[in-house]
Amino acid sequence: MNAPKFAAGQRVRIADRTPPVHHRVPSYAKGQAGVIERVCGVHGEPEKFIRGDGEPAQRLYRVRIPQAALWKSYAGTEKDKLEIEIFEHWLEPAE
Amino acid sequence: MTNHDHDDHSRKFQADHPEPTTDAARVGLALRELLIEAGHYTVDEEQAVIAEMQGASPDNGARIVARAWTDPAYRERLLENGARAIREVGFELEPYEFTVMENTGQVHNVIVCTLCSCYPRSLLGMSPAWYKSKSYRSRVVREPRKVLAEFGVHLGDAVEVRVHDSTAELRYMVLPQRPAGTDDWSEEKLASLVTRDSLIGAQRNLPVIE
Repeated sequence: MNAPKFAAGQRVRIADRTPPVHHRVPSYAKGQAGVIERVCGVHGEPEKFIRGDGEPAQRLYRVRIPQAALWKSYAGTEKDKLEIEIFEHWLEPAE
Repeated sequence: MTNHDHDDHSRKFQADHPEPTTDAARVGLALRELLIEAGHYTVDEEQAVIAEMQGASPDNGARIVARAWTDPAYRERLLENGARAIREVGFELEPYEFTVMENTGQVHNVIVCTLCSCYPRSLLGMSPAWYKSKSYRSRVVREPRKVLAEFGVHLGDAVEVRVHDSTAELRYMVLPQRPAGTDDWSEEKLASLVTRDSLIGAQRNLPVIE
């Protein structure tokens, strides 16, 4: 398996797309920017796995997003975070 | 379900699920019958899997929490690689990457699966009905402080909330804070304080019951 494309602390953006198959990115996270919280293992790609073949497997990451950036008029503090698992093929580097 | 060595019934029971009324639910039931009829698995095998799931319970999580509270080196290993540290205690959690999030005076963690209802069943047993509800799954990401307050967890602005959406291959457990006044307690006695809800993050302060 290739080395991880992203490292902990790196800023990334989650792709805003909706493939017409089962995928594991909830709508609210699409298009959002965040920071890699940690690099996880390698797992079958859900979009292919659902049809019986998860290959090639994809690197998984945990992405940390400020709650205030996710929701309009978020009722909480600036420090509050949401952390979510996102596969590598859904991520691109962000400024 | 009949393990009666404690007084905390909130751990063992959950509200009934409604009878299947949607097409999807009926298709699910029909599919199960067809799979059994076609010999893909047997009713006995199904029962064995259910029995195994029912053998798991929040008591397992409580044991792990109590060890982390009493053994700082274990706590570090648990936070570093949850699955490996939990295997040390004898639980097998493949194929998931088990991840433990630690509550501190400054941070409160809460777990959800917005897409379905992923839960560390192999360790903690069946999830509570509310964890699977559309209301919890849609609201706790959007207004975590309000939802937590409904559970009795009132957080000041000094505490950062971290919502963990279990969307893919990881399974999560919260490591709650050790209650004050328990310094000389045994690991076993400490484990008796840990509740299911505190392992999900729906409870923060564990009452000390002598």
